[in-house]
Amino acid sequence: MAKTIADRHIFGNELCEIGKTRKDFVVLNADTKACNLEKFQDMFPDRAFTMGIAEQDMVATAAGMATCGDKVFLSTFAVFATMRACEQVRTFVCHTNANVTILGTHTGLQVGGDGATHAAVEDVGITRTFPNMTIIQPSDGVSAKALAHAAVDFRGPLYVRLHRNAVPDFYDPETFKFEFGKAITVREYGTDLTIISSGIMLQKCADAAEILKEKGINVRLLDMMTLKPLDEEAVLKAAKETGAILTVEDHSVINGLGAAVASVVVQNQPVPVKIIGIPDRFGESGDPELLYRDCHMDTASIVEEAAKLVEKKKA
Amino acid sequence: MGASRFYFTEDDVKRLEEQAVQTRQDIISMITKAGAGHPGGSLSASDMITALYFHVMNIDPKNPQWEDRDRFILSKGHSCPALYSCLARRGFFDPEELDHLREYGAMLQGHPDMHTTPGIDISTGSLGNGLAVAVGTQLSAKVHGKDYMTYCMLGDGELQEGLVWEAAMSAGHHDLNNLVAIVDCNGVQINGWVNDIMTVEPIGDKWRAFGWKVVEVNGHNMKDILTALHTAKTMRHPVVILMRTVKGRGVDFMEDDSGWHGKAPSQAEMQTALSQIEKGGVV
Repeated sequence: MAKTIADRHIFGNELCEIGKTRKDFVVLNADTKACNLEKFQDMFPDRAFTMGIAEQDMVATAAGMATCGDKVFLSTFAVFATMRACEQVRTFVCHTNANVTILGTHTGLQVGGDGATHAAVEDVGITRTFPNMTIIQPSDGVSAKALAHAAVDFRGPLYVRLHRNAVPDFYDPETFKFEFGKAITVREYGTDLTIISSGIMLQKCADAAEILKEKGINVRLLDMMTLKPLDEEAVLKAAKETGAILTVEDHSVINGLGAAVASVVVQNQPVPVKIIGIPDRFGESGDPELLYRDCHMDTASIVEEAAKLVEKKKA
Repeated sequence: MGASRFYFTEDDVKRLEEQAVQTRQDIISMITKAGAGHPGGSLSASDMITALYFHVMNIDPKNPQWEDRDRFILSKGHSCPALYSCLARRGFFDPEELDHLREYGAMLQGHPDMHTTPGIDISTGSLGNGLAVAVGTQLSAKVHGKDYMTYCMLGDGELQEGLVWEAAMSAGHHDLNNLVAIVDCNGVQINGWVNDIMTVEPIGDKWRAFGWKVVEVNGHNMKDILTALHTAKTMRHPVVILMRTVKGRGVDFMEDDSGWHGKAPSQAEMQTALSQIEKGGVV
Protein backbone atom coordinates (compact mmCIF):
# COMPACT_ATOMS: atom_id res chain seq x y z
CA MET A 1 0.00 0.00 0.00
CA ALA A 2 1.27 3.44 -0.86
CA LYS A 3 1.92 5.70 2.07
CA THR A 4 -0.07 8.88 2.12
CA ILE A 5 2.89 11.26 2.29
CA ALA A 6 4.98 11.94 -0.81
CA ASP A 7 8.74 12.52 -0.65
CA ARG A 8 8.21 16.18 -1.51
CA HIS A 9 6.14 16.66 1.63
CA ILE A 10 8.50 14.61 3.75
CA PHE A 11 11.39 16.78 2.56
CA GLY A 12 9.47 19.99 3.31
CA ASN A 13 8.27 18.78 6.71
CA GLU A 14 11.81 17.84 7.64
CA LEU A 15 13.07 21.31 6.69
CA CYS A 16 10.45 22.75 9.05
CA GLU A 17 11.76 20.45 11.78
CA ILE A 18 15.36 21.42 11.11
CA GLY A 19 14.29 25.07 11.15
CA LYS A 20 13.38 24.74 14.83
CA THR A 21 17.01 24.34 15.82
CA ARG A 22 18.86 25.93 12.94
CA LYS A 23 18.46 29.49 11.76
CA ASP A 24 21.08 29.43 9.02
CA PHE A 25 18.76 29.09 6.04
CA VAL A 26 15.81 30.93 4.57
CA VAL A 27 12.86 29.83 2.44
CA LEU A 28 11.20 31.40 -0.58
CA ASN A 29 7.78 30.13 -1.57
CA ALA A 30 5.96 30.40 -4.86
CA ASP A 31 2.22 30.11 -4.49
CA THR A 32 2.11 26.32 -4.57
CA LYS A 33 1.58 23.57 -2.10
CA ALA A 34 4.54 21.81 -3.65
CA CYS A 35 6.22 20.53 -0.51
CA ASN A 36 4.59 21.94 2.62
CA LEU A 37 7.04 24.81 2.91
CA GLU A 38 4.13 27.24 3.30
CA LYS A 39 4.18 25.87 6.83
CA PHE A 40 7.77 27.10 7.26
CA GLN A 41 6.44 30.60 6.62
CA ASP A 42 3.92 30.23 9.45
CA MET A 43 6.51 28.81 11.83
CA PHE A 44 9.37 31.19 11.03
CA PRO A 45 7.91 34.33 9.42
CA ASP A 46 11.20 36.21 9.77
CA ARG A 47 13.03 33.60 7.70
CA ALA A 48 10.61 33.03 4.84
CA PHE A 49 9.05 35.13 2.10
CA THR A 50 6.16 34.61 -0.29
CA MET A 51 7.14 35.40 -3.85
CA GLY A 52 3.80 34.82 -5.56
CA ILE A 53 3.32 33.08 -8.88
CA ALA A 54 6.53 34.49 -10.29
CA GLU A 55 9.20 31.81 -10.53
CA GLN A 56 11.83 33.76 -12.47
CA ASP A 57 11.64 36.48 -9.87
CA MET A 58 11.86 33.95 -7.05
CA VAL A 59 15.01 32.31 -8.43
CA ALA A 60 16.81 35.59 -9.15
CA THR A 61 15.80 36.91 -5.72
CA ALA A 62 17.21 33.76 -4.13
CA ALA A 63 20.49 34.42 -5.92
CA GLY A 64 20.49 37.97 -4.57
CA MET A 65 20.01 36.69 -1.03
CA ALA A 66 22.81 34.20 -1.55
CA THR A 67 25.22 37.01 -2.48
CA CYS A 68 24.57 38.38 1.00
CA GLY A 69 25.58 35.09 2.60
CA ASP A 70 22.20 33.41 2.96
CA LYS A 71 21.51 29.76 2.26
CA VAL A 72 18.21 29.79 0.37
CA PHE A 73 15.68 27.03 -0.24
CA LEU A 74 13.01 27.59 -2.85
CA SER A 75 10.29 25.28 -4.00
CA THR A 76 7.89 24.93 -6.86
CA PHE A 77 6.97 22.43 -9.55
CA ALA A 78 10.03 21.27 -11.48
CA VAL A 79 8.64 22.52 -14.81
CA PHE A 80 8.53 26.04 -13.43
CA ALA A 81 11.79 25.90 -11.50
CA THR A 82 13.87 24.46 -14.34
CA MET A 83 12.03 25.67 -17.42
CA ARG A 84 10.11 28.88 -16.67
CA ALA A 85 13.09 30.06 -14.62
CA CYS A 86 15.71 28.16 -16.59
CA GLU A 87 17.95 31.12 -17.35
CA GLN A 88 17.77 32.44 -13.81
CA VAL A 89 18.91 29.03 -12.57
CA ARG A 90 21.72 28.96 -15.12
CA THR A 91 23.03 32.51 -14.93
CA PHE A 92 22.16 33.73 -11.46
CA VAL A 93 22.36 30.52 -9.44
CA CYS A 94 24.86 28.35 -11.29
CA HIS A 95 27.18 30.91 -12.84
CA THR A 96 27.39 32.85 -9.60
CA ASN A 97 27.72 29.53 -7.72
CA ALA A 98 24.99 30.68 -5.35
CA ASN A 99 24.12 28.78 -2.21
CA VAL A 100 20.60 28.04 -3.41
CA THR A 101 18.72 24.74 -3.16
CA ILE A 102 15.94 24.33 -5.69
CA LEU A 103 13.22 21.88 -4.80
CA GLY A 104 11.53 20.74 -8.01
CA THR A 105 8.42 18.67 -7.47
CA HIS A 106 6.07 16.83 -9.83
CA THR A 107 8.65 15.01 -11.91
CA GLY A 108 8.24 12.21 -14.42
CA LEU A 109 5.21 10.21 -15.48
CA GLN A 110 4.50 9.52 -11.82
CA VAL A 111 2.76 12.92 -11.81
CA GLY A 112 -0.14 11.15 -13.53
CA GLY A 113 -3.40 13.11 -13.73
CA ASP A 114 -1.97 16.64 -13.98
CA GLY A 115 -0.74 15.80 -17.46
CA ALA A 116 1.90 17.13 -19.85
CA THR A 117 2.05 20.78 -18.75
CA HIS A 118 2.87 19.86 -15.17
CA ALA A 119 4.96 16.72 -15.49
CA ALA A 120 8.67 17.54 -15.77
CA VAL A 121 10.28 14.88 -17.94
CA GLU A 122 13.23 17.02 -19.13
CA ASP A 123 14.40 18.70 -15.91
CA VAL A 124 17.47 16.57 -15.26
CA GLY A 125 18.62 17.02 -18.84
CA ILE A 126 18.36 20.78 -18.48
CA THR A 127 19.94 21.20 -15.05
CA ARG A 128 22.64 18.59 -15.65
CA THR A 129 24.12 20.76 -18.38
CA PHE A 130 24.78 23.70 -16.04
CA PRO A 131 28.28 23.96 -14.57
CA ASN A 132 28.42 24.04 -10.75
CA MET A 133 25.06 22.25 -10.43
CA THR A 134 24.60 19.25 -8.15
CA ILE A 135 21.49 17.10 -8.58
CA ILE A 136 20.02 14.66 -6.07
CA GLN A 137 16.84 12.63 -6.06
CA PRO A 138 15.32 10.54 -3.27
CA SER A 139 13.84 7.12 -3.93
CA ASP A 140 11.41 7.06 -1.02
CA GLY A 141 10.40 8.92 2.12
CA VAL A 142 13.33 7.68 4.18
CA SER A 143 15.88 8.96 1.70
CA ALA A 144 13.93 12.20 1.24
CA LYS A 145 14.30 12.91 4.93
CA ALA A 146 18.02 12.23 4.81
CA LEU A 147 18.41 14.45 1.75
CA ALA A 148 16.75 17.34 3.60
CA HIS A 149 19.51 17.22 6.21
CA ALA A 150 22.21 16.85 3.57
CA ALA A 151 20.80 19.81 1.62
CA VAL A 152 20.88 22.13 4.64
CA ASP A 153 24.60 21.49 5.04
CA PHE A 154 25.36 21.64 1.33
CA ARG A 155 26.99 24.72 -0.17
CA GLY A 156 26.42 25.76 -3.78
CA PRO A 157 23.72 25.27 -6.39
CA LEU A 158 21.65 22.18 -5.63
CA TYR A 159 18.65 20.77 -7.45
CA VAL A 160 16.52 18.27 -5.55
CA ARG A 161 14.25 16.26 -7.82
CA LEU A 162 11.09 15.33 -5.95
CA HIS A 163 7.98 13.35 -6.83
CA ARG A 164 4.31 14.16 -6.67
CA ASN A 165 2.92 10.94 -5.25
CA ALA A 166 3.72 8.85 -2.21
CA VAL A 167 5.54 5.54 -2.55
CA PRO A 168 6.14 2.85 0.09
CA ASP A 169 9.35 3.25 2.07
CA PHE A 170 12.19 1.26 0.57
CA TYR A 171 15.05 2.01 2.92
CA ASP A 172 15.37 1.27 6.62
CA PRO A 173 15.31 4.56 8.53
CA GLU A 174 17.62 3.09 11.18
CA THR A 175 20.43 2.28 8.81
CA PHE A 176 20.02 4.53 5.77
CA LYS A 177 22.89 6.92 5.08
CA PHE A 178 23.27 9.34 2.21
CA GLU A 179 26.57 10.51 0.84
CA PHE A 180 26.80 13.04 -2.00
CA GLY A 181 28.16 11.57 -5.21
CA LYS A 182 28.05 7.95 -4.08
CA ALA A 183 25.85 5.32 -5.68
CA ILE A 184 24.12 3.08 -3.17
CA THR A 185 24.50 -0.65 -3.74
CA VAL A 186 21.00 -1.93 -3.08
CA ARG A 187 21.33 -5.53 -4.25
CA GLU A 188 24.44 -7.59 -4.94
CA TYR A 189 23.06 -10.86 -6.31
CA GLY A 190 25.72 -11.43 -8.93
CA THR A 191 27.65 -10.12 -11.91
CA ASP A 192 25.37 -10.93 -14.84
CA LEU A 193 24.28 -7.32 -15.16
CA THR A 194 24.07 -4.03 -13.28
CA ILE A 195 20.80 -2.14 -13.05
CA ILE A 196 21.21 1.54 -12.19
CA SER A 197 18.06 3.21 -10.94
CA SER A 198 17.16 6.77 -10.02
CA GLY A 199 14.29 8.06 -7.93
CA ILE A 200 11.08 6.16 -7.35
CA MET A 201 11.88 3.60 -10.07
CA LEU A 202 13.92 1.83 -7.39
CA GLN A 203 11.08 -0.37 -6.18
CA LYS A 204 10.38 -1.62 -9.70
CA CYS A 205 14.08 -2.33 -10.21
CA ALA A 206 14.26 -4.21 -6.92
CA ASP A 207 11.20 -6.25 -7.89
CA ALA A 208 12.78 -6.96 -11.27
CA ALA A 209 15.99 -8.08 -9.56
CA GLU A 210 14.03 -10.70 -7.60
CA ILE A 211 12.26 -11.99 -10.70
CA LEU A 212 15.53 -12.09 -12.62
CA LYS A 213 17.14 -14.00 -9.77
CA GLU A 214 14.45 -16.64 -10.05
CA LYS A 215 15.22 -16.83 -13.75
CA GLY A 216 18.89 -17.41 -12.97
CA ILE A 217 20.04 -13.88 -13.82
CA ASN A 218 21.85 -12.36 -10.89
CA VAL A 219 22.16 -8.60 -10.91
CA ARG A 220 23.81 -5.77 -9.05
CA LEU A 221 21.37 -2.94 -8.32
CA LEU A 222 22.63 0.60 -7.75
CA ASP A 223 20.56 3.57 -6.64
CA MET A 224 22.11 6.66 -8.24
CA MET A 225 20.80 9.14 -5.72
CA THR A 226 23.24 11.81 -6.90
CA LEU A 227 22.62 12.39 -10.60
CA LYS A 228 25.38 14.98 -10.84
CA PRO A 229 28.23 14.62 -10.21
CA LEU A 230 27.77 11.05 -11.34
CA ASP A 231 29.54 8.33 -9.37
CA GLU A 232 31.74 7.39 -12.32
CA GLU A 233 33.76 5.00 -10.21
CA ALA A 234 30.68 2.91 -9.41
CA VAL A 235 29.60 2.99 -13.07
CA LEU A 236 32.98 1.86 -14.37
CA LYS A 237 33.28 -0.78 -11.68
CA ALA A 238 29.88 -2.08 -12.77
CA ALA A 239 30.92 -2.07 -16.42
CA LYS A 240 34.14 -3.91 -15.63
CA GLU A 241 32.70 -6.45 -13.22
CA THR A 242 29.27 -7.14 -14.73
CA GLY A 243 29.83 -6.33 -18.40
CA ALA A 244 26.41 -4.79 -19.08
CA ILE A 245 24.36 -1.92 -17.64
CA LEU A 246 20.64 -1.21 -17.67
CA THR A 247 19.56 2.24 -16.51
CA VAL A 248 16.04 3.04 -15.34
CA GLU A 249 14.66 6.54 -14.76
CA ASP A 250 11.33 8.36 -14.70
CA HIS A 251 12.70 11.02 -17.06
CA SER A 252 13.25 11.42 -20.77
CA VAL A 253 15.80 8.99 -22.21
CA ILE A 254 17.40 12.10 -23.68
CA ASN A 255 20.11 13.51 -21.43
CA GLY A 256 19.09 11.95 -18.11
CA LEU A 257 20.64 9.24 -15.95
CA GLY A 258 20.99 6.81 -18.86
CA ALA A 259 22.73 9.32 -21.07
CA ALA A 260 25.11 10.24 -18.24
CA VAL A 261 25.95 6.60 -17.58
CA ALA A 262 26.31 5.76 -21.28
CA SER A 263 28.67 8.67 -21.81
CA VAL A 264 30.99 7.45 -19.06
CA VAL A 265 30.81 3.83 -20.20
CA VAL A 266 31.33 4.42 -23.90
CA GLN A 267 34.36 6.64 -23.31
CA ASN A 268 36.08 4.45 -20.74
CA GLN A 269 34.84 0.88 -20.58
CA PRO A 270 32.52 0.11 -23.49
CA VAL A 271 29.93 -2.55 -22.62
CA PRO A 272 26.31 -2.98 -23.74
CA VAL A 273 24.01 -0.34 -22.19
CA LYS A 274 20.24 -0.08 -22.38
CA ILE A 275 18.38 3.04 -21.26
CA ILE A 276 14.86 2.64 -19.92
CA GLY A 277 12.94 5.87 -19.51
CA ILE A 278 10.37 8.08 -21.15
CA PRO A 279 10.77 8.01 -24.91
CA ASP A 280 10.90 11.31 -26.80
CA ARG A 281 7.40 12.39 -25.79
CA PHE A 282 5.54 14.44 -23.19
CA GLY A 283 3.68 13.11 -20.20
CA GLU A 284 -0.09 12.89 -20.25
CA SER A 285 -2.96 12.40 -17.84
CA GLY A 286 -3.58 8.93 -16.54
CA ASP A 287 -2.75 6.36 -13.91
CA PRO A 288 1.06 6.42 -13.64
CA GLU A 289 1.24 2.63 -13.76
CA LEU A 290 -0.59 2.66 -17.13
CA LEU A 291 1.77 5.35 -18.40
CA TYR A 292 4.78 3.33 -17.25
CA ARG A 293 3.48 0.26 -19.06
CA ASP A 294 2.85 2.34 -22.15
CA CYS A 295 6.46 3.55 -22.08
CA HIS A 296 7.90 0.11 -21.25
CA MET A 297 9.04 1.28 -17.83
CA ASP A 298 7.09 -1.25 -15.78
CA THR A 299 8.67 -4.13 -13.87
CA ALA A 300 7.93 -6.64 -16.65
CA SER A 301 9.70 -4.44 -19.19
CA ILE A 302 12.72 -4.02 -16.91
CA VAL A 303 12.93 -7.83 -16.57
CA GLU A 304 12.58 -8.30 -20.31
CA GLU A 305 15.22 -5.72 -21.22
CA ALA A 306 17.60 -7.07 -18.59
CA ALA A 307 17.34 -10.57 -20.04
CA LYS A 308 17.92 -9.25 -23.56
CA LEU A 309 20.95 -7.30 -22.39
CA VAL A 310 22.49 -10.39 -20.81
CA GLU A 311 22.04 -12.22 -24.12
CA LYS A 312 23.65 -9.33 -25.96
CA LYS A 313 26.55 -9.36 -23.56
CA LYS A 314 27.15 -13.06 -24.24
CA ALA A 315 26.92 -12.63 -28.01
CA MET B 1 35.20 53.45 4.51
CA GLY B 2 33.12 55.95 6.40
CA ALA B 3 29.55 57.11 6.53
CA SER B 4 27.98 57.87 3.20
CA ARG B 5 27.43 61.55 2.46
CA PHE B 6 24.24 62.75 0.95
CA TYR B 7 24.49 66.44 1.58
CA PHE B 8 26.93 68.03 -0.79
CA THR B 9 28.83 71.21 -1.38
CA GLU B 10 29.65 73.09 -4.56
CA ASP B 11 33.14 71.61 -4.28
CA ASP B 12 31.66 68.11 -4.22
CA VAL B 13 29.71 68.84 -7.37
CA LYS B 14 32.82 70.15 -9.12
CA ARG B 15 34.88 67.19 -7.96
CA LEU B 16 32.26 64.71 -9.16
CA GLU B 17 31.89 66.46 -12.50
CA GLU B 18 35.62 66.16 -13.01
CA GLN B 19 35.54 62.53 -11.97
CA ALA B 20 32.76 61.90 -14.51
CA VAL B 21 35.07 63.25 -17.22
CA GLN B 22 37.56 60.61 -16.16
CA THR B 23 34.84 57.95 -16.24
CA ARG B 24 33.85 58.89 -19.77
CA GLN B 25 37.42 59.03 -21.02
CA ASP B 26 38.12 55.62 -19.51
CA ILE B 27 35.03 54.23 -21.24
CA ILE B 28 36.18 55.46 -24.64
CA SER B 29 39.79 54.30 -24.13
CA MET B 30 38.96 50.84 -22.85
CA ILE B 31 36.33 50.08 -25.48
CA THR B 32 38.63 51.29 -28.25
CA LYS B 33 41.46 49.13 -26.96
CA ALA B 34 39.18 46.12 -26.53
CA GLY B 35 37.76 46.63 -30.02
CA ALA B 36 34.28 45.93 -28.68
CA GLY B 37 31.88 47.08 -26.00
CA HIS B 38 28.94 49.37 -25.41
CA PRO B 39 29.86 53.08 -25.34
CA GLY B 40 26.37 54.59 -25.74
CA GLY B 41 24.74 53.28 -22.57
CA SER B 42 27.98 53.56 -20.61
CA LEU B 43 28.24 57.27 -21.36
CA SER B 44 24.60 57.93 -20.46
CA ALA B 45 25.05 56.15 -17.11
CA SER B 46 28.39 57.78 -16.24
CA ASP B 47 27.30 60.70 -14.09
CA MET B 48 25.03 58.60 -11.87
CA ILE B 49 27.53 55.78 -11.37
CA THR B 50 30.26 58.32 -10.62
CA ALA B 51 28.04 60.04 -8.05
CA LEU B 52 27.23 56.72 -6.38
CA TYR B 53 30.81 55.50 -6.11
CA PHE B 54 32.53 58.80 -5.33
CA HIS B 55 30.02 60.38 -2.97
CA VAL B 56 26.96 58.40 -2.00
CA MET B 57 27.60 54.73 -1.43
CA ASN B 58 28.91 53.39 1.84
CA ILE B 59 31.68 51.13 0.58
CA ASP B 60 35.20 50.07 1.42
CA PRO B 61 37.47 49.46 -1.58
CA LYS B 62 39.88 47.58 0.68
CA ASN B 63 37.13 45.24 1.79
CA PRO B 64 34.85 44.71 -1.22
CA GLN B 65 32.90 41.97 0.57
CA TRP B 66 32.21 44.08 3.68
CA GLU B 67 28.81 42.77 4.70
CA ASP B 68 27.32 46.13 5.68
CA ARG B 69 28.27 47.85 2.43
CA ASP B 70 25.74 49.45 0.13
CA ARG B 71 25.13 47.32 -2.96
CA PHE B 72 25.14 48.38 -6.58
CA ILE B 73 23.64 46.07 -9.16
CA LEU B 74 24.14 47.05 -12.78
CA SER B 75 21.20 45.27 -14.34
CA LYS B 76 22.09 46.87 -17.67
CA GLY B 77 25.37 45.01 -17.43
CA HIS B 78 26.58 46.02 -20.88
CA SER B 79 27.31 49.47 -19.44
CA CYS B 80 30.03 47.97 -17.26
CA PRO B 81 32.89 50.11 -18.68
CA ALA B 82 31.44 53.01 -16.65
CA LEU B 83 31.36 50.84 -13.54
CA TYR B 84 34.85 49.43 -14.17
CA SER B 85 36.27 52.94 -14.40
CA CYS B 86 34.65 53.96 -11.12
CA LEU B 87 35.75 50.81 -9.30
CA ALA B 88 39.33 51.21 -10.54
CA ARG B 89 39.57 54.93 -9.80
CA ARG B 90 37.98 54.39 -6.38
CA GLY B 91 40.70 51.89 -5.52
CA PHE B 92 39.03 48.49 -5.83
CA PHE B 93 41.73 47.39 -8.28
CA ASP B 94 44.65 48.67 -10.32
CA PRO B 95 43.48 51.02 -13.12
CA GLU B 96 45.95 49.19 -15.35
CA GLU B 97 43.27 46.50 -15.61
CA LEU B 98 41.20 48.92 -17.67
CA ASP B 99 43.59 48.25 -20.56
CA HIS B 100 42.56 44.59 -20.66
CA LEU B 101 38.79 44.74 -20.97
CA ARG B 102 37.36 41.60 -22.61
CA GLU B 103 40.77 39.94 -22.99
CA TYR B 104 41.31 36.26 -22.35
CA GLY B 105 41.87 35.72 -18.64
CA ALA B 106 41.15 39.37 -17.85
CA MET B 107 39.69 40.64 -14.59
CA LEU B 108 37.27 42.79 -16.59
CA GLN B 109 34.86 40.55 -18.48
CA GLY B 110 32.52 41.71 -21.24
CA HIS B 111 29.74 41.81 -18.67
CA PRO B 112 30.21 42.20 -14.89
CA ASP B 113 31.53 39.06 -13.19
CA MET B 114 31.49 38.93 -9.40
CA HIS B 115 34.10 36.18 -9.35
CA THR B 116 36.76 38.03 -11.32
CA THR B 117 36.24 41.69 -10.42
CA PRO B 118 36.52 43.10 -6.88
CA GLY B 119 33.54 45.33 -6.12
CA ILE B 120 31.02 43.62 -8.40
CA ASP B 121 28.18 42.60 -6.08
CA ILE B 122 26.65 40.14 -8.54
CA SER B 123 27.27 39.10 -12.12
CA THR B 124 24.82 40.70 -14.53
CA GLY B 125 24.29 41.28 -18.20
CA SER B 126 21.21 39.26 -18.96
CA LEU B 127 18.65 42.06 -19.06
CA GLY B 128 15.62 42.09 -16.79
CA ASN B 129 17.13 40.16 -13.88
CA GLY B 130 18.99 42.71 -11.79
CA LEU B 131 16.04 44.16 -9.91
CA ALA B 132 14.94 40.71 -8.70
CA VAL B 133 18.48 40.12 -7.46
CA ALA B 134 18.43 43.54 -5.79
CA VAL B 135 15.18 42.58 -4.04
CA GLY B 136 17.03 39.51 -2.73
CA THR B 137 19.77 41.65 -1.21
CA GLN B 138 17.15 43.68 0.63
CA LEU B 139 15.19 40.64 1.83
CA SER B 140 18.48 39.42 3.22
CA ALA B 141 18.94 42.77 4.95
CA LYS B 142 15.52 42.29 6.55
CA VAL B 143 16.39 38.82 7.80
CA HIS B 144 19.61 40.06 9.38
CA GLY B 145 18.37 43.45 10.55
CA LYS B 146 20.79 45.45 8.40
CA ASP B 147 20.18 48.87 6.91
CA TYR B 148 22.46 48.99 3.88
CA MET B 149 21.09 50.45 0.66
CA THR B 150 20.79 48.62 -2.65
CA TYR B 151 20.97 50.63 -5.86
CA CYS B 152 19.97 48.87 -9.06
CA MET B 153 20.45 50.51 -12.45
CA LEU B 154 18.29 49.45 -15.38
CA GLY B 155 17.98 50.62 -18.96
CA ASP B 156 14.71 51.99 -20.30
CA GLY B 157 14.65 49.41 -23.08
CA GLU B 158 15.23 46.81 -20.40
CA LEU B 159 11.83 47.65 -18.92
CA GLN B 160 10.39 45.61 -21.80
CA GLU B 161 11.45 42.48 -19.90
CA GLY B 162 8.52 41.11 -17.89
CA LEU B 163 10.69 40.02 -14.98
CA VAL B 164 11.40 43.67 -14.15
CA TRP B 165 7.75 44.04 -13.20
CA GLU B 166 7.63 40.83 -11.19
CA ALA B 167 10.48 42.26 -9.14
CA ALA B 168 8.84 45.69 -8.94
CA MET B 169 5.72 43.99 -7.56
CA SER B 170 7.76 42.03 -5.06
CA ALA B 171 9.64 45.12 -3.81
CA GLY B 172 6.36 46.93 -3.31
CA HIS B 173 4.78 43.95 -1.55
CA HIS B 174 7.73 43.43 0.77
CA ASP B 175 7.97 47.18 1.42
CA LEU B 176 11.69 47.44 0.77
CA ASN B 177 12.56 50.91 2.03
CA ASN B 178 16.24 50.74 1.23
CA LEU B 179 15.91 49.76 -2.40
CA VAL B 180 16.50 52.34 -5.11
CA ALA B 181 16.00 51.52 -8.78
CA ILE B 182 17.59 53.89 -11.24
CA VAL B 183 16.36 53.83 -14.82
CA ASP B 184 18.77 55.23 -17.39
CA CYS B 185 16.16 56.71 -19.72
CA ASN B 186 18.32 57.46 -22.72
CA GLY B 187 15.47 56.62 -25.05
CA VAL B 188 17.53 54.45 -27.38
CA GLN B 189 17.95 50.70 -27.68
CA ILE B 190 20.00 48.67 -30.11
CA ASN B 191 17.70 48.97 -33.10
CA GLY B 192 16.47 52.51 -32.60
CA TRP B 193 14.23 54.64 -30.39
CA VAL B 194 12.59 52.79 -27.51
CA ASN B 195 9.30 54.48 -28.36
CA ASP B 196 9.41 53.03 -31.88
CA ILE B 197 10.39 49.50 -30.90
CA MET B 198 8.22 48.90 -27.82
CA THR B 199 7.25 51.91 -25.81
CA VAL B 200 7.70 51.70 -22.07
CA GLU B 201 5.87 54.95 -21.33
CA PRO B 202 4.30 56.10 -19.11
CA ILE B 203 7.23 54.84 -17.06
CA GLY B 204 6.45 56.75 -13.86
CA ASP B 205 2.85 55.57 -13.72
CA LYS B 206 3.95 51.98 -14.14
CA TRP B 207 6.27 52.15 -11.13
CA ARG B 208 3.74 54.06 -9.05
CA ALA B 209 1.18 51.35 -9.77
CA PHE B 210 3.52 48.82 -8.12
CA GLY B 211 3.86 50.90 -4.96
CA TRP B 212 7.03 52.81 -5.73
CA LYS B 213 7.80 56.49 -5.24
CA VAL B 214 9.05 58.11 -8.42
CA VAL B 215 11.72 60.79 -8.65
CA GLU B 216 12.51 62.30 -12.05
CA VAL B 217 15.85 63.88 -12.68
CA ASN B 218 18.21 65.16 -15.36
CA GLY B 219 20.78 62.36 -15.36
CA HIS B 220 23.54 64.67 -16.54
CA ASN B 221 23.14 67.29 -13.84
CA MET B 222 25.28 66.36 -10.87
CA LYS B 223 23.36 68.54 -8.41
CA ASP B 224 20.08 66.99 -9.51
CA ILE B 225 21.53 63.51 -9.23
CA LEU B 226 22.83 64.08 -5.69
CA THR B 227 19.56 65.63 -4.60
CA ALA B 228 17.57 62.73 -6.04
CA LEU B 229 19.75 60.15 -4.31
CA HIS B 230 19.34 61.98 -1.02
CA THR B 231 15.57 62.11 -1.47
CA ALA B 232 15.51 58.41 -2.33
CA LYS B 233 17.33 57.46 0.84
CA THR B 234 14.96 59.38 3.09
CA MET B 235 11.73 57.93 1.66
CA ARG B 236 10.05 55.03 3.44
CA HIS B 237 9.21 53.25 0.19
CA PRO B 238 11.08 51.63 -2.67
CA VAL B 239 12.09 54.53 -4.89
CA VAL B 240 12.76 54.66 -8.59
CA ILE B 241 14.85 57.47 -10.02
CA LEU B 242 13.96 58.05 -13.64
CA MET B 243 16.97 59.83 -15.00
CA ARG B 244 16.55 61.43 -18.35
CA THR B 245 19.81 61.00 -20.20
CA VAL B 246 21.36 61.09 -23.64
CA LYS B 247 22.81 57.91 -25.04
CA GLY B 248 26.45 58.53 -25.96
CA ARG B 249 26.48 61.70 -23.81
CA GLY B 250 29.60 63.83 -24.24
CA VAL B 251 30.62 62.67 -27.72
CA ASP B 252 28.65 64.47 -30.42
CA PHE B 253 28.78 61.73 -33.05
CA MET B 254 27.60 59.13 -30.56
CA GLU B 255 24.74 61.07 -29.00
CA ASP B 256 21.26 59.66 -29.62
CA ASP B 257 22.66 57.22 -32.18
CA SER B 258 21.67 53.58 -31.71
CA GLY B 259 24.60 52.67 -33.97
CA TRP B 260 26.85 53.37 -30.97
CA HIS B 261 24.98 51.02 -28.67
CA GLY B 262 27.57 48.30 -29.10
CA LYS B 263 30.40 49.48 -31.34
CA ALA B 264 34.02 50.35 -30.65
CA PRO B 265 35.48 53.64 -31.87
CA SER B 266 38.44 53.72 -34.26
CA GLN B 267 41.69 55.32 -33.09
CA ALA B 268 40.76 58.59 -34.81
CA GLU B 269 37.27 58.53 -33.34
CA MET B 270 38.77 57.86 -29.94
CA GLN B 271 40.98 60.95 -30.16
CA THR B 272 38.02 63.13 -31.14
CA ALA B 273 35.88 61.64 -28.39
CA LEU B 274 38.51 62.10 -25.68
CA SER B 275 39.01 65.67 -26.68
CA GLN B 276 35.28 66.45 -26.73
CA ILE B 277 34.82 64.88 -23.31
CA GLU B 278 37.75 66.88 -21.92
CA LYS B 279 36.32 70.16 -23.18
CA GLY B 280 32.67 69.41 -22.50
CA GLY B 281 32.69 67.99 -19.04
CA VAL B 282 29.19 67.79 -17.65
CA VAL B 283 26.55 70.45 -18.08
